[in-house]
This record gives sequence, C-alpha cells and structure tokens, in this order.
Amino acid sequence: MIRQLFKFREMLLVIIIAILLAVFSTRSQGFATPGNLANIFNDTSILIILALGQMTVILTKSIDLSVAANVAFTGMAVGMLNAAQPELPLMLILVVALGIGGVLGAINGMFVWKLNIPSIVVTLGTLTIYRGMAFVLSGGAWVNAHQMTAPFLQTPRQLFLGLPILGWTAIVIVAVMYLVMSRTFLGRAIYASGGNPTAAVYAGIDVGRTRFFAFVISGTLAGLCGYLWVSRYAVGYVDIAAGFELDTVAACVIGGISTLGGIGSVAGAVLGALFLGVIKNALPVINISPFAQMAISGSVIITAVIFNARQERRRGRIILRDRGASEQIEVAA
Amino acid sequence: MSAIPEKRFIPDRLGTSATRLFGSWEALLFAVAVLIFIANSLASPYFLNAWNLSDATFNFTEKAMVAFAMALLIISGEIDLSVAAIIALASTAMGAAAQVGIGTPGLVAIGIGVGVGCGVANGILVAGLRLPSIVVTIGTMSLFRGIAYIVLGDKAYGGYPASFAYFGQGYVFWVFSFEFVLFAVLSIVFAILLHATNFGRRIYAIGNNEFAARFSGIRVERIKFTLFLLTGLMSGIAAVCLTSRLGSTRPSIAQGWELEIVTMVVLGGVSILGGAGTIGGVVIAAFVMGLVTFGLGLLNVPGIVMSIFIGLLLIVTITLPVVIRQFRHRKSA
Repeated sequence: MIRQLFKFREMLLVIIIAILLAVFSTRSQGFATPGNLANIFNDTSILIILALGQMTVILTKSIDLSVAANVAFTGMAVGMLNAAQPELPLMLILVVALGIGGVLGAINGMFVWKLNIPSIVVTLGTLTIYRGMAFVLSGGAWVNAHQMTAPFLQTPRQLFLGLPILGWTAIVIVAVMYLVMSRTFLGRAIYASGGNPTAAVYAGIDVGRTRFFAFVISGTLAGLCGYLWVSRYAVGYVDIAAGFELDTVAACVIGGISTLGGIGSVAGAVLGALFLGVIKNALPVINISPFAQMAISGSVIITAVIFNARQERRRGRIILRDRGASEQIEVAA
Repeated sequence: MSAIPEKRFIPDRLGTSATRLFGSWEALLFAVAVLIFIANSLASPYFLNAWNLSDATFNFTEKAMVAFAMALLIISGEIDLSVAAIIALASTAMGAAAQVGIGTPGLVAIGIGVGVGCGVANGILVAGLRLPSIVVTIGTMSLFRGIAYIVLGDKAYGGYPASFAYFGQGYVFWVFSFEFVLFAVLSIVFAILLHATNFGRRIYAIGNNEFAARFSGIRVERIKFTLFLLTGLMSGIAAVCLTSRLGSTRPSIAQGWELEIVTMVVLGGVSILGGAGTIGGVVIAAFVMGLVTFGLGLLNVPGIVMSIFIGLLLIVTITLPVVIRQFRHRKSA
C-alpha cells in the first residue's frame, strides 16, 4: 500500500515541491518554517478539496467546469441565509451548503447520465447559469463581514494542534476520498468507467450512473467550499472564485490525472494542488508580480500535459493514435 | 458514450428533399430567429429601426468571425478554448505597439500576427505533440491571458491612431458597418472552404472517423494544425475589430468569449462530438444570439442575467434533439 501511495509520479512531485520550498527559503528566511507551511496548507485547503472533486469527475472521462460557479452560488446562498437568519445553527448551514452543492452537481450529472450530453458542454452551460443565479439571488449585492455571525466566520479559523479547522477539513476530506476511491465499489467503478467504459459495462458497472455520482461528489464538495470560501474571505459576492475551475483542472493535470480518464490518484490531486499553492504563496516572497500567476499556472499546465502524455504513451503501445487505442491504456490502480 | 447496445431505428426510405429541408436544424433555428425578431419588435418600439438593427450586429460579428473557424475545428473533433485569451493578447500587443507610435497598418499586422502565432503554438501542441486539445487550450488560455496581465497589470492601453477606429466603427455603405461586411464576406469564404473544397471534406472525414481518415491517406495532423492556425488568425482579426471598436485594451478584454463562441457553434447545429455541422447554421446561430442579447438589452436586462439565457440556450438546444430522438425511439419501439 505504501508503494502504491508513493508511485513514481507522486514521489517526483514531492521532490519538486521540496526543491521549490528550499529555493524559496534561501530568498526569504521565514518561508519554510512550520508555521508558514501550515499557512500555505491552510491557504490551499479549498483548492485541495475542489481538486479532489474534479479528480473524481475526470477519472470517469468527464470534466466539471461548473465547480467555481457552484462555489459562488452556494457561498452566496449560505452567506445570505446566515445574514437573514442569524439564529440558525452552523451545522444546519453546513447541511444546506452540502445540499445545494450536491443538487447543482446532480443537475450536471443527470444531463450526462440520462441524456448522454458531453460533460464539457453541460458544464460550460451550467457554469454561466449557476453564476447568473447567484446574481439573481443576491441582486448583485454583497454579503459583508458585519452581516455574518461570529460562529459562521470564526469556526474555520479555530486553531486545533496549530492548524486551523479549515486545514483539518481538507485533511478529513482527503482521507475520506482516499477511502472512497480505493476501498468502495463506487471508487473502483469510477476508475473502471474512465479506464475502459466498454469493459466496465461488461463487468456490470452502470457507467452513466457512476458518472452521475462523480458529479454529485464534485458538486457536494463544491458546496462545502462555497461555505468555506465565504467564511474564509468574510465576504460573499457574485464573482467569488471566478475562473477557479481552471485551477482545479490544473491541479489534477499537474497531479498526473489523465484527462482521458481512469488514471490518477488522490495523492496526485493533493500534491498538484499543493504545488500550485506553494507557487502562489511564493510569488510575493520572490518579488514577482501577482499578475504573473496566471501565466505561470498556464505554463505549468502545458508542461504537465506534455509530461503526462509521455508517461501514458509508455504504458500502452500506440501505433496510430485514436480513441480506441487511448482507451486500451491500462487502468492504473 | 453509450456502451449498451440500443435498438436502432432505420427508416426504409429517405425523406423528400423538402421534408429534409424543413426538418433540418438550420430551418428550426431560422424559425427561432424569426420568432425572436418578431418578439423583439413587439417588446420594444425602438427595435425596428435600420440604425438600431445595425448596432445590434456589433453584438455578434466579432464572435461569429471566430465561431466560423471554431466550427471547422469542432467538426474535426478538436476544440480551442483559448480564443478569447488570444484576442486579449493580440489586443495587448497592438496597444503596446500603439504606445510607441506605430501606425494603423502596423497595428493590424501585429494583431493578426500575434493571433496566428498563438494559433501556431496551439497547433504544435495538439497536432505536433498529439496532446488532448481541451486541456492544452485551457493551459494556453491562462498562458496567453496571463501574459496580457503581466504586460498590463491593472492598467489599460488607449491612444490608438484615429484611422485605426475604422475597423470597429466605420461604415462601408449606409448602415452596413465594416464589421458586418467583413462578417458576411468571411461567412461566404468559410462556407466555400467547408462545403465545396477537398479540405472541407477532409475535415468531416477526420471528425467522423479519424482512424479511417488516416488510412485513406488524409494528413490528419497537418489539417488539424492548419485549423488551429486558422482559429488563431480569426481571433487576431476579431481582436483588431474589437480593439478598434472599444478604443482601449484591458487584460480582461473579451473575458468569457470562448464560452459564447462555443455556444454559437453548437447552437448552429455543429456536433460537439465532431463530424457534422454547417456554416449556414453558425451564421443563423450568430443572428439568434445577437438578437437575444440585444433584445434583452433593450429591455434593460443586466448582462449576467443574459448569460443565463445563453447558458440555457446552449443546454436546451443540445438537449432537445436528444429528447426528441428518445421520444421517437419509444414510440417506434
């Protein structure tokens, strides 16, 4: 199991992240201290959770471009709920966040499952619809810090063993997702329906239904992040997390999750997200304009795609590239 | 992808050419366009006015130019999500050139040149290195727009020469703007390219069965490269028109256009899975989208609510044929 966890790809990422940290700490003394590393992890928590949702969808040979819009809508909804009904307990708000996110994910999933519409088209559409709905819901108004209650804002910031609850949430989600992907029927079905859909059907797996549940997982996690986002930044507005769906895809691609489906691991997605998080936090330290971040993540995505393609090609012998041949790439477990 | 074998409905004869014409997607879309036109003229007394209608065309001409090339690309089974970012980068380059006093012909050459350069970069990555176009162009999308952000940050370029304004604000004849005439000419050029040349037939062949196309001697990679170059070229031309119309450049210029352009193409009846579609359909779809957004604008509907309509339009138009097919299926079974 340990060898499975630290396959070549994941180990390489760990080494690269370690080298990055070492280089950055030569430029700034405080960068690699435990306290700052905990800060970086905490800062990256939301990306980690969303990347895990994106991973489940990509593993089934689909893509969910609506996650960031889902975050915006759910965040807006729970923020307004908290402002309007301050007496509601936080647990209930969390359930509402998970519920709204799950329903939005299920809508994507139904289109993909029942109507067989390519996921990229469905989620491109719902991406604008969900964010538009956030505008309709709020009328363009903001939910500001003073309108939200103390438990709503403070709970994710509480320190527990030196790490805020937000960071612990990410750790719990990582653990749960690891168990789901490796120890449950659904997790194995997700790998199978992406690795070789035809074989999955013959093995008795309902591929469409599996994709539906992948979208529900992604949506539910996005809903959770909607609350976490609004609480962390203490403000809710229509444009929160705009463009963040690309970061989640980037984290997955960097983490070695194949966009052809069926290949990838929880550890990869987490490390991919951490890689982006380290770079994002290091830019101000090494005096690079934050405006450069977009171009850097773009270059990293392209490099990672090239790198992934080389690795995947080594697994299967592809004489002529076509969809059939790429499906024959063995499922990496 | 449905792996479960389905009962197939095979008609015993083809419909007459008249029923096929009226039953076609383009005819349906044309009817929708007429309906929207009538609804608009009933809803607003200001709608039916030659100058007003001429203004309405600016809503879609630039997007439609890119949509023509995108249609070819999607028919061949690829996609380019970086088009809006190419527009931003080309516009930034023109802005930078205008600051050092380069004249109008130079600016146009730079805008189109940057567009072609970006298209070539996409083409090399997808056709040359054989990488999946969705992820590659998500990467280049952040890279291209990221470069624009590095150059401009939160600033804006202005101060274009007066003669440069012609491309976005000039009129060729009466109410027919330069952009509209260019749009009309390009639609004819692309219709001929797709429907009356060997090159066009090859695009369909690749989209329908890349494997078979390769065995029938079609240089798949070369054609795909050309299509990416063409898409870059059209994005460059759109950048010239848009920059000239707005008279200024921000790095967020044309934000989200990739979605609207893909919507336009898919709305025009081009199959997102490749292999089917016409330029005529895309032209009508451009009018439909332009009329919808302009009509809603006359009714004072905010832009983000319009984007809900665009998203719904995308999903409904893709879902409708599938639902109808399933319904017919059940009836015939």
